[in-house]
Amino acid sequence: MACKKVGVPFNGTPEQEARLKKVISDLKDTKGALMPIMQQAQDIYGYLPIEVQTMISDETGIPLEKIYGVATFYAQFALQPKGKYQISVCLGTACYVKGSGAVYERLQKELGISGGECTPDGKFSLDSCRCVGACGLAPVMMINDEVYGRLKPDDIPGILAKYE
Amino acid sequence: MYRSHVLVCGGTGCTSSGSQQIMEALKDEIEKKGLSQEVAVVQTGCHGLCALGPIMIIYPDATFYSMVKVEDIPEIVSEHLLKGRVVTRLLYQETVTDTGVKALIDTDFYKKQHRIALRNCGVINPEVIEEYIGTGGYQALGKVLTEMTPDEVIQVLLDSGLRGRGGAGFPTGLKWKFAKQNDADQKYVCCNADEGDPGAFMDRSVLEGDPHAVLEAMAIAGYAIGASQGYIYVRAEYPIAVQRLRIAIKQAREMELLGKDIFGTGFNFDIDLRLGAGAFVCGEETALMTSIEGNRGEPRPRPPFPAVKGLFAKPTILNNVETYANIPQIILNGPEWFASMGTEKSKGTKVFALGGKINNTGLVEIPMGTTLREVIEEIGGGIPGGKKFKAAQTGGPSGGCIPAEHFDIPIDYDNLISIGSMMGSGGLIVMDETDCMVDIAKFFLEFTVEESCGKCTPCRVGTKRMLEILTKITEGNATMEDLDKLEELCYYIKDNSLCGLGQTAPNPVLSTLRYFRDEYEAHIKEKRCPAGVCKNLLTYNIDKEKCIGCGACARQCPANAISKTDYTAPGKKLPAMAIDTTKCVKCGACMEKCKFNAIYKK
Repeated sequence: MACKKVGVPFNGTPEQEARLKKVISDLKDTKGALMPIMQQAQDIYGYLPIEVQTMISDETGIPLEKIYGVATFYAQFALQPKGKYQISVCLGTACYVKGSGAVYERLQKELGISGGECTPDGKFSLDSCRCVGACGLAPVMMINDEVYGRLKPDDIPGILAKYE
Repeated sequence: MYRSHVLVCGGTGCTSSGSQQIMEALKDEIEKKGLSQEVAVVQTGCHGLCALGPIMIIYPDATFYSMVKVEDIPEIVSEHLLKGRVVTRLLYQETVTDTGVKALIDTDFYKKQHRIALRNCGVINPEVIEEYIGTGGYQALGKVLTEMTPDEVIQVLLDSGLRGRGGAGFPTGLKWKFAKQNDADQKYVCCNADEGDPGAFMDRSVLEGDPHAVLEAMAIAGYAIGASQGYIYVRAEYPIAVQRLRIAIKQAREMELLGKDIFGTGFNFDIDLRLGAGAFVCGEETALMTSIEGNRGEPRPRPPFPAVKGLFAKPTILNNVETYANIPQIILNGPEWFASMGTEKSKGTKVFALGGKINNTGLVEIPMGTTLREVIEEIGGGIPGGKKFKAAQTGGPSGGCIPAEHFDIPIDYDNLISIGSMMGSGGLIVMDETDCMVDIAKFFLEFTVEESCGKCTPCRVGTKRMLEILTKITEGNATMEDLDKLEELCYYIKDNSLCGLGQTAPNPVLSTLRYFRDEYEAHIKEKRCPAGVCKNLLTYNIDKEKCIGCGACARQCPANAISKTDYTAPGKKLPAMAIDTTKCVKCGACMEKCKFNAIYKK
């Protein structure tokens, strides 16, 4: 996934590393534990840079290439850090027929980035997603955990201004 | 004892429209008025009418308030709860009649529904196991463990005619029978809660509104096939469902309804949660199991079928959430009861998520055999804005579009297949005359291309080529030979893909080609998009008779494509504006801005 914030140096703390090691030792004997470990690792670090994948590999003995394979297969795992405010626009069918495509385009225009990227200041990242299940409010977008429904493209500048 | 219960919907739809804040305001206000001992506030699952959220129902008289705002709370508390006077302006307008208030069950939305899988959704608090037990919960598990043999359980399911609610409609009893026949030291029961179909949210509503029904049914399945471990694979995008499942599993363990020696019968069964990570293909059974094992979620060839060699290479059954939610009721009420509903080959009810261009978006559960007309016109309340119905899309990216000519066909598995769509998990998206069917087909192909796991070539490469042809058509660059190529490719991909995702990926194209071929041809031959959606084929124009010359459009235009003409329409003070179509970028900003409907696209 392309991100304008490429080359962000990894700066994990010893405290994060200790938390990750605890997660791994708790789950070590669980069958098929790799995904739960990676999900919790992403909760701890916010994303899964190669440094974190290497740590998981060292602790579990699972080859790094397998971990990298899993990390790149699933949309949820991010190899690059996300913005402080993560915007995801629903492009599920119900939202799409109600015009979420125009909302998504407006966001790209307002933020000056494409989907899958984050703004150079690290503030906003933009993604599309498939159905958050709030089809009654279509079209819908989420900024972190906040849901905005019944959107029109003209609502976008006002909503973004709340996060300035 | 409370004299009144206030039920507030805590489903994702209503939570998104602010039901948590409403619940807090309500509790504060009740406290302030000193009613805490008399009135209880209960958070429930989904009531189905998501379009009107947040929803609040006040018992004992089941008054149904819709689109409630925090500002309305003091009025509801002082008028309704304190003085016993209904706040008419906040009522769901369908329940208001000339003579007073009619029961919710008599409204068009609920009248034709029959709730089995959703029976507890919106009725009980899903986070309190006692409420589930109070409505007959875990009785079916008790009955199975103490009175029935595994073979009898399977026979009941076979007799009921229950078919899988996740898509393909395989008979559930048969699936269990195959898994039971295979001896192994360990077997597994899995639940598919990876509802990836965009626009479908019935499984989420069941998990949010009645999680114990799924746990109970999985334990019954464990007993029937001889498994002691279950896994629920749930989408990580459903945080409320995940949270409620965690609570439900913990409570069931505490009450010893999961774990060792359940009901003192020596039967052991436990359930673990596994979170998906955003891959549509993981809804396919073998891919889901590969994912639980901690791998890339790629499907495996079948045979061997999961009943022989499934999760961790052991015999496994996988059923969908809605399928499980039916099972305790079938055990308690008998297979004849269930088989008495529905059509000859599709028994019981089906939950549909109504969405798109329809007035009552939300969740409905109807007996199999209900017609599309009843669902859209009566239950769904028709299409907003007086627009004309064009098609209903079922089955998501694997399904197809049903045109108006099949409006009266009874909905069941076999009928939907025969008209080129499928039941799928139950998303039902309504489209009107302003939706372009080529664009919709392209939309679904974009989805499939993005979600194809890449393991087999027909799906990985074939869908990409299909998307390229569709893009060409929507841009007005295609020839009629491209259309033939597209169709040929569809059949090739259908026949040669490894898993269900690839085999069904061409369906959106095939069904729109079948019913809306004229739209494809209009794009190709006339370079015209009849619905006015495909940007490249549109021009924006100004009706010079309607234009008052205010210039609002010109100020909005990012391409400076709008300028004054020297024509002033009769009765207008300023000369009309005109769009230079060579400069126009077709963003539509001018049309949005014009208050006089003077700008049109064609």
